Amino acid sequence: MKFLQPLQETMSREQLRDVQGERLRAVVARVYRDVPFYKRKLDEAGVHPSDIRTIDDIVKLPFTTKEDFRDNYPFGLYAKPLSEIVRSHASSGTTGKPTVVGYTKADINLWADCCARTLVCGGADRTSVVQVAYGYGLFTGGLGMHYGVERLGAMAIPMSGGNSKRQLMIMRDFGTTHICCTPSYALLLAEVAEEEGFDLRSLGLKAGYFGAEPWSTSMRKAIEERLGITAIDIYGLSEVIGPGVSSECLAHRGLHVFEDHFFPEIIDPVSGKPCPDGEKGELVFTHLTKEGLPLLRYRTRDITEIDHGPCDCGRTFARMQRVSGRTDDMLIIRGVNVFPSQIEHVLLEIEGAEPHYQIIVDRRGTLDDLEIQVEVSPTMFSDEVKKMEGLRKRIAHDIHSTLNVTAKITLVESKSIPRSEGKAKRVIDKRDMN
Amino acid sequence: MKVQQISIFMENRAGRLAAVARLLGTTGINIRALSLADTSDFGILRLIVDKPEEAKKALKANSFTFNVTDVVAVQIPDEPGGLASVLEALQAQNVNVEYMYAFVEKCGGKAIVVFRFDDLDGAIGLLQGAGVRVLSRQEVLSL
Amino acid sequence: MPAMIEKKSKPDIRIWQPECECMERSALEALQAERLRLQVERVWQHCPYYAAKMREAGVEPGQIRTIDDVRRLPVTTKADLRDNYPFGIFASPLKDVVRLHASTGTTGKPTVVGYTRDDMQVWSDLVARFLVAGGLTNEDIVQIAFGYGLFTGGFGLHYGAERVGATVIPASSGNTERQIMILRDFGTTALVCTPTYAVYLGEALKQAGVDPEQLALRLGFFGGEFWTHAIRAKIEELYGITATDNYGLSEVVGPGVSGECPYQDGMHIAEDHFLVEVVDPTTLEPVPIGELGELVITTLSKKANPVIRYRTRDISRLNSEPCACGRTMRRMAKVTGRTDDMLIIRGVNVFPSQIEHVLLQFEDAQPHYLLVVTRERQMDQLEVRIEVSEYLFSDQMRQLHDIRERLQRKIDSALGIRAKLTLVEPGSLERFTGKAKRVLDLRNSEIPKN
Repeated sequence: MKFLQPLQETMSREQLRDVQGERLRAVVARVYRDVPFYKRKLDEAGVHPSDIRTIDDIVKLPFTTKEDFRDNYPFGLYAKPLSEIVRSHASSGTTGKPTVVGYTKADINLWADCCARTLVCGGADRTSVVQVAYGYGLFTGGLGMHYGVERLGAMAIPMSGGNSKRQLMIMRDFGTTHICCTPSYALLLAEVAEEEGFDLRSLGLKAGYFGAEPWSTSMRKAIEERLGITAIDIYGLSEVIGPGVSSECLAHRGLHVFEDHFFPEIIDPVSGKPCPDGEKGELVFTHLTKEGLPLLRYRTRDITEIDHGPCDCGRTFARMQRVSGRTDDMLIIRGVNVFPSQIEHVLLEIEGAEPHYQIIVDRRGTLDDLEIQVEVSPTMFSDEVKKMEGLRKRIAHDIHSTLNVTAKITLVESKSIPRSEGKAKRVIDKRDMN
Repeated sequence: MKVQQISIFMENRAGRLAAVARLLGTTGINIRALSLADTSDFGILRLIVDKPEEAKKALKANSFTFNVTDVVAVQIPDEPGGLASVLEALQAQNVNVEYMYAFVEKCGGKAIVVFRFDDLDGAIGLLQGAGVRVLSRQEVLSL
Repeated sequence: MPAMIEKKSKPDIRIWQPECECMERSALEALQAERLRLQVERVWQHCPYYAAKMREAGVEPGQIRTIDDVRRLPVTTKADLRDNYPFGIFASPLKDVVRLHASTGTTGKPTVVGYTRDDMQVWSDLVARFLVAGGLTNEDIVQIAFGYGLFTGGFGLHYGAERVGATVIPASSGNTERQIMILRDFGTTALVCTPTYAVYLGEALKQAGVDPEQLALRLGFFGGEFWTHAIRAKIEELYGITATDNYGLSEVVGPGVSGECPYQDGMHIAEDHFLVEVVDPTTLEPVPIGELGELVITTLSKKANPVIRYRTRDISRLNSEPCACGRTMRRMAKVTGRTDDMLIIRGVNVFPSQIEHVLLQFEDAQPHYLLVVTRERQMDQLEVRIEVSEYLFSDQMRQLHDIRERLQRKIDSALGIRAKLTLVEPGSLERFTGKAKRVLDLRNSEIPKN
């Protein structure tokens, strides 16, 4: 099986442009009619749907940002009534509230198609046995790939995250051929396998689909060697759809963006002007077909570059390079997006906590460690150990329930976090991503 | 009857205790009693010093997080069962001890126990009623 | 018996597949017989394991004509499934299997279950049946707070709710603050979780100062563990919702084997897909309708891994009276215990859960108790040790004595035999991580000096 949907995946660039233009016209007309937020935004920008004729007119449209999600929490950006929404997922927001995304029945089908395309890009077919070790739940990773496996007609093993020994046992006993997880989890599995004395390379494992966190070339090499597989880089974000936005093919020349549904642009993050092919900038997506939550020019804050040239695999979709950084301070920890502002929000909620804090991210072994150092102010301080322990537990608990990531909370002496020009340096990322 | 105690927040790493001791030493402050309660990563140093006001000033100037709590110092016969009789008197009246620490006076041969209660005034009354000798502030500072 | 909950007289009746769920009994039985024949033929051809077992029992597919002929077939146990790990009992080639699940928990090898595309369709419909029976519509917003993964609970409910066309929020389990936020901000109308978690979440809502009246919540679908009518009443009161029970086990499909209608008087079994027998766990003879026994289930339509006469170890009883909701499918009572920990004392079957039911009438919390069985002069003796919780305790000797008397009477009448009752201090009974040890059978060992 070379392509899931050859007609779409290999259509000529001219034809694709026509399809994109037509779909863009339709989506702009639709959001202008159905989403008050976009009507206001387009009116403010002085753009009318009739101004949009070809895909090149996209630059006339205003941007959408993560803050727009926050301001319209929870369902303000939905373009369909809730009765037509069959699924809601959520990802981290910049404060205490998550970013909520909704899908119609057609969106779920489209999503399944895109994830199935991803699987085929890496060589899976309907005889494959796919172990999905992304977390299932509000996070889009697990259920996204799961529906892709189902769409493909392969066998889905819904492992969800965690429990490495069990993952390995299932992998061996069920004859897993493809695995989906974060790259760091793949390395952890390799480590546990070595400890348990079983050889991953002797299993029937062929390829793995790795995403949801940044990874380096050296990590890819280590994964391919230690698991004896081909590593496929996949990309997605819940605001766009979840996994299934773009995927590497076996030619490993970047990630094919499923452009018939998600139109990519690279812009200069400061000026907002488009960047030419091969130049790094911020990745921006416009939904061409999504019904429940179509977004115009959504700024992903991910930095990458794009190449519209042909690929050996035969797909005509443009390729983006692996994401090399962020234009904001978002961190990805064990596959979960974390904004320092979320942490600040939690600390502010705790009475008396003047938020002097520092976030330290490290990778001990293969998994990320998140430590938050909080300066103890006089109002937070008590001379009773149990109260101080209580404070620390409360911070840890509130951080976990907001971020869905466990953090080690260290209480430190006041003024012990170095200030630069009066402002504390918030994040120290010790992970090596190159 | 109440004695001022200074409690300092301290990270549990090498040199922090020495830093406080040196700071107080160079400022000419004498430590009368101390206790250290610690967890794996932080500790609370509780001190009774001869010049509390100056100690506070010095700590503040050096960005330490601290607070001041009132505690009670009680003299106990330095002999078997001395402490037990005091605690029994407290227990009989359901007085809750938040924490306590003890030291032995240099020459008098008496043990001094420092208590922190949730109801300080009630506890002082009770202790005195039970014939326990509660030290005045002046007595403590001049130990 | 726990207090019956009074219901509004005319509940809203909705039926997902009326052509199946309201079938004439005669037509249903004919369909069951037909499907049974096909299923037996199928396993005979495709599962060497079943074929061998049938030969051993001297049965051939041709002998299976009516539904009563099911009794000629050998039973299947969890150990049989485990011995054929992972795919030994599958009747479809793996390329047709689109999903694998496995039983979780306990140590060692899991019990593996597979689903073909058709199986997935049937499963979704079966879950949709009980969701609709419990009041769900396509306008509802369903918060699924079951864990997803190899466990069938999360996915079963997920696909069922999707089938009905409701909005699914795959919240997964844990993170109570987040669950509360979703309940409030997303306007959840139906909650899916274990009954224990429902109670916990309800208390947490109260503590967070959230008034359940302010929530849009109106339905609850609780399962995955045994729960009593008393707990149902508590949950319904906590949230002001209608809570229904459903039953299933991964070995036969997952959730969807049976579920309650709004009359909340037993769970309608999807008899067109499952042939359910209730047997005496010792003799395997059928018990009369309405009597307690072990559920034995034969799947009638499952393709990937059909099971023949699977011994569930679950104790329940059937009710063949017609139901006011219009469904013709027979109902099963809430599962009242497991044959795994069944004791036979002086010839009487005793389940630890019977004691639990009595204790739950006295207290809110999970009771801690231990059944100790000894043999004195050829006679079995049963002692019930109960930890005195704050609910049972009174500082007045007379009241404590009264409670003890009442407990003794209730336990005697529930068990049908006389038990010695000992009240012990809280925390004095041994706790085991995960599952409490409920039975200490000392009949074949030295009697310890307490």
